[in-house]
Amino acid sequence: MVTEILASGGGGDSSGSHRPRGVIARGLGRSYGDAAQRAGGVVIDTGCFDSIGPIEPATGLVAVGGGASLDELIRRALPLGWFPPVSPGTRYVTVGGAIAADVHGKNHHRDGSFCSHLTGLTLVTPTGTRSVSPETDAELFWATAGGMGLTGVVIAATIRMTRVETSWLSVDTGRFDDLDDVMAVMEASDDRYRYSVAWVDCSPRRGGLGRSVLTRGDHAPPSALGSSQRKAARAPLSEPRLRVPLPAPRGLVNRWTVRGFNELWFRRSPRRECGALQPLGSFFYPLDGLGDWNLLYGRGGLLQYQFVVPAGRADVVRRAVAMTAEGGVPSSLAVLKRFGPADPGPLSFPLEGWTLALDFAVGPPELASLLDRLDELVAAAGGRVYLAKDARLRPELLAVMYPRIPDLANVRRRVDPDDVLRSDLSQRLGLDGEGLDG
Amino acid sequence: MDDAFGRPQSVVVLGGTSEIAGALVATLAAGRCRTVVLAGRDVDALAGAAGRARAGGASVVETVTFDATDLKSAQDTVDRCFAAAGNQVDLVLVTVGLLNGSRSETTDADRISEVAAANFTWPASAIAFAAERLRAQGSGRIVVFSSVAAVRARPATVLYGSAKAALDRFASGLAQSLRGSGVVVQIVRPGFVHTKMTRGLRPAPFAVGPEDVAAAVMRGIERDQAIIWVPGFLRWLYLVLRHLPRQLWARLPG
Repeated sequence: MVTEILASGGGGDSSGSHRPRGVIARGLGRSYGDAAQRAGGVVIDTGCFDSIGPIEPATGLVAVGGGASLDELIRRALPLGWFPPVSPGTRYVTVGGAIAADVHGKNHHRDGSFCSHLTGLTLVTPTGTRSVSPETDAELFWATAGGMGLTGVVIAATIRMTRVETSWLSVDTGRFDDLDDVMAVMEASDDRYRYSVAWVDCSPRRGGLGRSVLTRGDHAPPSALGSSQRKAARAPLSEPRLRVPLPAPRGLVNRWTVRGFNELWFRRSPRRECGALQPLGSFFYPLDGLGDWNLLYGRGGLLQYQFVVPAGRADVVRRAVAMTAEGGVPSSLAVLKRFGPADPGPLSFPLEGWTLALDFAVGPPELASLLDRLDELVAAAGGRVYLAKDARLRPELLAVMYPRIPDLANVRRRVDPDDVLRSDLSQRLGLDGEGLDG
Repeated sequence: MDDAFGRPQSVVVLGGTSEIAGALVATLAAGRCRTVVLAGRDVDALAGAAGRARAGGASVVETVTFDATDLKSAQDTVDRCFAAAGNQVDLVLVTVGLLNGSRSETTDADRISEVAAANFTWPASAIAFAAERLRAQGSGRIVVFSSVAAVRARPATVLYGSAKAALDRFASGLAQSLRGSGVVVQIVRPGFVHTKMTRGLRPAPFAVGPEDVAAAVMRGIERDQAIIWVPGFLRWLYLVLRHLPRQLWARLPG
């Protein structure tokens, strides 16, 4: 079916002078941007490719469908002692989506991004179905990694899972009054932890800038568990117990509620704590614990801005936090992390250095221009923004941030010469057809 | 394609030589808009407006001429505009209009027909065709310039106001029928705006400039307001004015 749709160019009805408006795949629709939608075109729901094969006990290799979610994969794998090698901030993403965005997790500084842990994938392109691996067709494989679905529809992939003995994490927590302090500690000792992430308070505050809570940890061995945890050593993930029933009124997320929330979050975090045991779900997916949390942002919705800058440019992170604090636009959630080396994907986001993700409620009129200024800062520092979360980047900056876009164009000319694979994102940023050639 | 803040990348302006359109195009080009198609009657004025759009940052600027008294030209004009924009149009601005200055003109049948054509029949026809194109595109926005005179007209603007009232009603009905199609229709109801169209007229109270209109429309677009009043409080003022007894209405200045 997917093969036929792509082969026909998505144009069931090609009457009239207007050419069909393209085809793009969509998984669970959780990404914040417009990469998995296509106005006036065909959007393929990949939900039917949800198979999960047996996990090879010796190697941890598992064949999964492109539409299978990490949630289902974890449910299947965790009781057997396996966990996805890379896990983003929500488990409600499909494997295909994780590949298309080349997602990263709290372990990027050690383990790299999602596609570094694949042995191969099956891609339906407008010119046929291909089995692609880094060995057989490195060009196509890596263009697909982070390629935002513009090289084809991922219907299957083989993932190398990580061995875990329990569903608990042993976590060290520390509180810092200034951004420089937390960044220095991350730089010095992140290598000792598999997972590391810092929460940053971007509210304007007298004294230090960007006070932070750093949490770092690793999967806990059975020996670290107490008697109560041992009973639930391989407990499955818990379902969200609370749900936001309906969209909050506009303006619930404002500078006062944000400041209050930040204050609370900072104070409830331990100043210094070592080896605390935390269930896997709340460590990796704190937001998944509250169903439909996005409704808290009201009908205006939320916008997430994530950028990365090279390792030497910690100053840009500090500047960005300062601009957010001064800009009068409250960032409700800010998350800082160190990335390890990039993988070879021309559109893959991670870059060795610092990444900062900022959540905003849409509404304040200054937000659009603040983000435009941040773009300039990031681009000038040799950094880039995350396309999976983008719906507003100035198109002119795309080629500055992703200088290897011509590599993607070459691959697309080979597998999609008629420019069938298009999305709102590719249209907006000029990533398809004419935009790429020009 | 609109971005997360509703900022369009390509715009078609029907009535591209108006000052309000000029102010809007300048604002749009300062944002994300790179493709601008200006349609109007006066070739020289169009060339001037196109030059300003280029200077403002638009990289693709095209002009299309049309005659609003020729109803048959509406579809062709829309088609030419969409073609000039590369068949991807995020925003259609309908600023075409003609203000009759004096009461005496309202006895002139040709004038009545001309005002009705420029303010209602031609734009309504063009909007209908544009809506079809945007529906096929699966997304897009039409911003239709009505007037407070469409809500209740002063004696000096009776004819203009009646035609705008028809356009206003047409646009709000179309907005309803396009719900769920990805196409949004919004109505702008400015009060008195200082432009060449109103030059020589006595300004009504709360008069604004074209830049004020542009700013209000941009805000209205970001918030998907069904009706954008300029200035905003006219919404509440006209809530009262539209129900004012005739004797009181007749005594109001302006």
